[in-house]
Amino acid sequence: MFQTIAFYLFSAVMLVAAFMVIASRNPVHSVLFLILAFFNAAGLFVLTGAEFLAMILVVVYVGAVAVLFLFVVMMLDVDFVELKKGALSYLPTGGLLGLALLTELVIVAGVWRMAPASHAALQSATPAGLSNTQALGRILYTDYIYYFQIAGLVLLVAMIGAIVLTLRHRPGVRRQSIPVQNARTPEMAMELVDAKPGEGA
Amino acid sequence: MFFVDAFAKHMPYAWAWVLSQVILIVVFLVCLLVMVAFILLYDRKIFAAVQMRRGPNVVGIFGLLQSFADLGKYLIKEVIIPAGANKVVFLLAPLVSATLAFAAWVVIPLDNHWVFADINVGILYLFAVSSLGVYGIIMAGWASNSKYAFLSACRAAAQMVSYEVSIGFVLVTVLLFAGSLNLSDIVRAQQGVGAFSILHWNVFSILFPMLPIFFVSAIAETNRPPFDLVEAESELVAGYFVEYSSTPFLLFYLAEFLNICLMSAMVAILFFGGWLSPIDIWPLNAIPGVIWLIAKIWFFFFLFAVVRAFVPRYRYDQLMRLGWKVFLPTSLLWVLVTAAWVIFVRHGGA
Amino acid sequence: MAFLDRTARSIFFWEFLKSFSLSMRYFFGKKATLNYPFEKGPLSPRFRGEHALRRYPNGEERCIACKLCEAICPAQAITIEAEPRDDGSRRTTRYDIDMVKCIYCGFCQEACPVDAIVEGPNFEYSTETREELYYNKDKLLANGDRWEREIAKNLELDAPYR
Repeated sequence: MFQTIAFYLFSAVMLVAAFMVIASRNPVHSVLFLILAFFNAAGLFVLTGAEFLAMILVVVYVGAVAVLFLFVVMMLDVDFVELKKGALSYLPTGGLLGLALLTELVIVAGVWRMAPASHAALQSATPAGLSNTQALGRILYTDYIYYFQIAGLVLLVAMIGAIVLTLRHRPGVRRQSIPVQNARTPEMAMELVDAKPGEGA
Repeated sequence: MFFVDAFAKHMPYAWAWVLSQVILIVVFLVCLLVMVAFILLYDRKIFAAVQMRRGPNVVGIFGLLQSFADLGKYLIKEVIIPAGANKVVFLLAPLVSATLAFAAWVVIPLDNHWVFADINVGILYLFAVSSLGVYGIIMAGWASNSKYAFLSACRAAAQMVSYEVSIGFVLVTVLLFAGSLNLSDIVRAQQGVGAFSILHWNVFSILFPMLPIFFVSAIAETNRPPFDLVEAESELVAGYFVEYSSTPFLLFYLAEFLNICLMSAMVAILFFGGWLSPIDIWPLNAIPGVIWLIAKIWFFFFLFAVVRAFVPRYRYDQLMRLGWKVFLPTSLLWVLVTAAWVIFVRHGGA
Repeated sequence: MAFLDRTARSIFFWEFLKSFSLSMRYFFGKKATLNYPFEKGPLSPRFRGEHALRRYPNGEERCIACKLCEAICPAQAITIEAEPRDDGSRRTTRYDIDMVKCIYCGFCQEACPVDAIVEGPNFEYSTETREELYYNKDKLLANGDRWEREIAKNLELDAPYR
């Protein structure tokens, strides 16, 4: 019974939060609602017994990605009233596009069937005697290790690409070398001079 | 499950379970709050002693009741909400901070089988909750409608996200070594027998170099000096909580110290055998484990507090350099070393 | 060699250990703070605290309303009005010191030819309202009666250096 209550609570809050993401006027509120939606998704994961996925969802999406979102959105100084001024004139085009997408979704949903093999896969989601952390690890790092490594490489290339695109070497920038700063001793920094009266150093 | 059976006579089992859990949680929270009250005084006394001051000594004997007097003061003061502040987010921020700080304690094993949620992914849960701590700060900084608070929030976001990375890798080394994500299992893996049981603790294993990294990252993660750039009072007045007063401020204060205690408990659990007594022989191993854990928390809190007194504040670029260029490569390398050690030394290859 | 030395020091946190031992020495060392309301620091006989108007041993007030103190006061904190008394001697009818304006320079007691206005050793006279810090003649004379022993002792101790 508690699980049912929790399921409906999590799903209801998640749906409302997801709606508020697009409905709220303030972009920061949108991101905060997005975080709430992530949280409830994590709760749903816990209910289905996938506690590892739930925690990873919180760590990666809420703890890192959404922080970046929030950071960028907070920094933006966008006047949304100004931005939405001409929105009405785009309504016919936008509405048409939305309608087309909706039709496609309806068509897809109408003919969608689960693959026959997936039933069996769903029922034996976690092998007996293994926690789902171990099961996931076995799939990712043993069964599909090459795909996993290739995915990692793709991400690495993307990261290097982003760095290459944004890196500029500006001339005349003074940089600090902390090892050099740490290696400074009193002898290198100052000199004691016995100043005679009337002569100066 | 102490009261479940007693309650189950009068009501359905599920309700009895919920009721007994609620009672236990309330008792635990009260104990935690009382400990934090004394930890606050302890912090002030340590800081005072290093500066050759006496610290609070008027309220109660040796000032023992100082924190309770402060509590009374915070509660009766006026809650000031700045003009132009986003009221809902402004008041939500301290609640988020305090709730998360309390929520993290649910997986801390106080003794063998003395833990509220003995979940399989306890260490990940802790990591998740501590990585959420940044939201309280960002929300506070943004909602305050103040430049200082906002700058501080920006710094906090960057700092906490950076140091989470190295904390994460340190946690990976520990869980590789223990072979479990469950905090109780991590402590049990450090159990030894006899007079040299202390040598089974993770500090005296190949994980030793991760201890300073975890300790320093924990200081940075909780925004304590020397990494308190978030509240750097010489530049940012008081950082993200400049605009806060009264109870909301109290909640931030509470959350900060709960997090520091949590980090001390983490150091104890990950490296110093949690509830285990250092020497597994008679009078020492008869002391309840929770006493040992609390003693260890107070010891590591002492180190946190003394570091605050003698290390000058880092510059922001030094902070970022330490996190990304020193700790991240070292901990990443140590993940490899630990994995290799577990496979080749402990399991004798393959 | 120097490089190795430096590297070893930084790996083993030598500087932190040294500063930790230093802070521990202070931690267990003697405290510099006084437990204030119960312990007080020593005061010089020349200490310039709360003002007082003194009397002669026979009870006659010393002040002769020469207004030198009013004239010299750099903060203009002193207000004096004077009239001849019934017996013909010149006395003040009003002697006010605004303790909020006063800068405690001690010029008034230096200027006084009869040692009437002095700054006594008392420094614990905080009040809850500002009005209480506008001292009038009664208050000053009462102060003089209360602190006469300490004031007389301080004047006597300081006398050889004047």
